[in-house]
Parts: sequence; C-alpha cells; structure tokens
Amino acid sequence: MKERILAYLEKDSRITSSDIATMLGVSEAEVKAIIEECEADGTILGYRTVVNWEKTGKNGVTALIELKTIPQRDKGFGSVAECICNFPEVKSVALMSGGFDLAITVECANMRDVAFFVAEKLATIEGVTATATHFELQIYKENGVVYGTEKTDKRGNSW
Amino acid sequence: MKFDVSKCLPSKITEIKPSGIRKFFDLLGEMKDVVGLTVGQPDFDTPWHIRNAGIRSLEEGHTYYTSNNGIMEMREEIANYQKRRFGLEYDAATEIIVTVGGSEAIDLALRALIEPGDEVIIPQPCFVCYEPLARLAGAVPITLDLSADNGFRLTADQLRSAITEKTKMLILAFPNNPTGSVLRRKDLEEIAEVLRETNIVVLSDEIYAELTYGEKHISIASLEGMRERTIIANGFSKSYAMTGWRMGYTLAPKYFTEQMAKIHQYGIMSAPTTSQYASIEALKNGDADIEYMKAEYEARRRLIVSELNRIGIETFMPDGAFYVFADLRKFGIDDETFCERLLYEHKCAIVPGSAFGESGRGFARLSYAYSPAHIHKAIARIEEFIKTL
Repeated sequence: MKERILAYLEKDSRITSSDIATMLGVSEAEVKAIIEECEADGTILGYRTVVNWEKTGKNGVTALIELKTIPQRDKGFGSVAECICNFPEVKSVALMSGGFDLAITVECANMRDVAFFVAEKLATIEGVTATATHFELQIYKENGVVYGTEKTDKRGNSW
Repeated sequence: MKFDVSKCLPSKITEIKPSGIRKFFDLLGEMKDVVGLTVGQPDFDTPWHIRNAGIRSLEEGHTYYTSNNGIMEMREEIANYQKRRFGLEYDAATEIIVTVGGSEAIDLALRALIEPGDEVIIPQPCFVCYEPLARLAGAVPITLDLSADNGFRLTADQLRSAITEKTKMLILAFPNNPTGSVLRRKDLEEIAEVLRETNIVVLSDEIYAELTYGEKHISIASLEGMRERTIIANGFSKSYAMTGWRMGYTLAPKYFTEQMAKIHQYGIMSAPTTSQYASIEALKNGDADIEYMKAEYEARRRLIVSELNRIGIETFMPDGAFYVFADLRKFGIDDETFCERLLYEHKCAIVPGSAFGESGRGFARLSYAYSPAHIHKAIARIEEFIKTL
C-alpha cells in the first residue's frame, strides 16, 4: 500500500489524499497516516514542481562533473561527497561504478561560474585528484517527463 | 440514360441506421473545449517494446502477406496465452484465425453461421455492431432487454423466453461495453444449462476479458458441453492498448474455423503483417503491461464511481471493462436530452445509454480511460449541470 501511495505522489504531488484513498479503496485517514509516517521518517523528502525553465527565458548553465578522488580512511568516498553536498549550486551527487568516482550536477548562472566552482571549490577539496566537466546542451527528458511535448489526446472519436 | 443512384443501393444497406454514438460524436466534433468521457479506447500508448517489435519487423523486411490464418508463431502464442490466462485450450494450426480486430472476428462468426431467417439473440445494452452485422448476414436480430435491477446480467429465464425453433446463435458480450457488467460462474452455468437443451451456437465477445476487477474472467467455452458450440472473438485493442493496430482473433473448433477461414481468406487475405509481429511481442512479454494498465483502470473506476455518487448520480460499481453506466432516470429528462444539454450548456460529453439499445434508455456511458485530473474536470461540469435541473 505504501509503495502505491508513493507512486501516485511521485507522479503528481498535488494529488489529494482523498483521491488516493478512493482510487486504492482504503480510508483517507489511512492514506494520511502513511504519508505522515513517510514524511517523518524521510521516505518522502519533499514535494517539488518539474519546471521547464527554458520557457521562462531564464538563462543558466547545468554541468555534469566527473570527479576522481582518493577514498579516505574509515569514510571511503563519504567525506568528499558530504563536503560537496554543502555547496548550494550542487543539485546532485552520486557514487558511480566505472571510470570515475562521483557524478556531480551543478547549476550556475553562466559558464564562468561553473569554471570558478570547479577550479576553486571542487579541485581544492582534499582527496580530489581529477575532474572532467561536461555542459548540458539540451534536456529531452527529466524526472520521467519528456520535455517540449504537450500531451494531447491522440485518440480518434470512434465508439 | 441518366444514372440513377437509388437503383444501385440495396435496401439492406440503406436501411442500416447510423449508430447513436456516431451521431453524438459528429456533434462533438463541431465543438471546442469539450471535456469528454466518451472514448472507448485505452488512454495509454501501446507499450514501447511492442511498438518497437513492429518497427523492427519493418526494418527486417517483413512486408509480405502472412499465411491466411496468421503467422504460425502468433497463433501458437495466442494458444499459450489463452491457456496461461484463462485455462482454454485451442489448437494453433486448426482452431485460430488472426483477424483485423475483434470486429472482423464477430463478422466472420456471423457470416459463417447464419442462414437467411435465422434468429440471433442479442442481449442489450451492448456494443453497437452486433445488430447491423447480424442483419447483413441475413439474420433476424432478437434483442433482449437486460435490466439494471440485476446489474445488466443475462439470466437463464430471459434467455429461455427468447429461444424459438429458429434461434441459431446467442451473442454473449461480457465484460460488457457499455455497462461494465460481467457474468459470474453461476450465471454462466445457468445459461449453459439452457443451451445444452438446444443446438444454439454462442458467439462470445471476450475483448474485455483482461479487464475484470473482481474474479478473473471465465469464458463460457470452459463450461461442460460449451466449447463445441462456442466461437470466441478476442483481440489486442483493450488489453494491450493496441486499438489502431487492428488485431483480433477467433477461437473455435476446427469445423467452425475452416468455414470462417474461407471468408477471411477471400475478404481479407491476411491480417496486417506489422501488427502481427508487434502482437507476438505483446503475447510473449506483455503480461506485466496488462497488469499495470488494469491496476490504473481499477483505481480510476473507484474514483469515478465515488465522484458520481457524491454529486448525486447513483452508479453501481462495474466489475469489468472501463465504463460506468450511470443512472439518470431520476432527473426527469431522457438520456439523449441530458447528454445533448450537458454538451451544449456545459461542454461535457458523455454517451446516451439508448445508443446501446432500448434498455439503456435513462442511462449514460462514461468512459474512465482518462487521467484522474480529467475525470475531476468532467465531473465538475456534470455537477454544475445537474444543479440546474
């Protein structure tokens, strides 16, 4: 039940508890209790809106940074990752398998700010041995949403 | 000599009335910003792996006719699927024909079995094609009015009362469009008992078989003495969201299949090849898609029934398909007027129940193959409208 409630919320965070309850055939009180529990224990971390900022004319630069680092005693990659998480321009940090260790997404106002961030903030963290920066050119799909396509009902009116 | 078109057109064609839904959809087509719950097809795109199999078959150059009754692998997969999902056993080589949608399957059964004057029993409300297709095949359609009082199920007594010496066929269409009603094992047993005393053939339209929300669908062909007299029409449209691929099939004993195959091979040759390859993928790897879509419909079904009851339209919880059949009788206007006024005054479209037969009068079909947000929007408009009544 918890998974199904979370699946509805993940798809549309504005869906009401009452609709979820009706659709899953349980009481609204039960749905509310499960949601509160998930909020309390950190299963639900927040409710956000998927925005296509291009439409607003807001300019910004997103970069994916591959980072190599030396694992620290007792903490592995954790201490470097935690340090990077503190920067507000960092949107995501993940430990990866393969040719590099951490994948970092940053959002800055322009390319110079990204360059400054990499050179002055990332590269200087103890244990970081190399970075490779890739700029995002175009988003096609994010958070499960395909960009630029308005959902139209393609069905013909037959029966 | 002046060409006289009226001498060309046979009365058996000109006398076919345009369907009530068609008339309504024509109205709908002229208007803008209408929120409708009218469409009788899934709102999911065909799952990508199935579409991709169709694309791949084109890339590989599968652009030829297939064997008349369909690609052997496809028929084998249909046989596997029917056994796996419904416990039915049909021989791929001699008992299955791949058709152009469930509609061709229905037409084949009628054309292969009917002699002029034969009576075909058609319980209503039902999908709009049975009566005209039966008439075209030369039959005399005998419509049976099912009642809301027992959830629009066919009862043995009703069936018995409609049978005459001329009865050739009974059309059973459950889970039902438009009522969402299903027949339980007990209902089917009682119907089978009546049929065993007769020589009546059953045409069982099981296109919605995957969309039942309580017990699993039971085919009448699985009951004692029924397989030998049953032709099942089924297809991919509703279960795999594949309406546009036009893929269906018949399941019937060899002696029926042989006869239907003659009509199919001369009239159609073979069903579309690309669609057959996509359907093979659906049958092999599509069970999870069926379960996913069914869970979605089930949730929306609860939502729409709860919302209709909240605004004062009494609606029973349907057990199958993706329609609710809402009771409008208490509003004191007939269903066609209700639906037309709802459309013109509040820009919301639902289909009048009388389009599906006389016993649907006073009801309306609402499809819930729509997103929850869309359903809310439509219900809000219906609520506004009934406040004015």
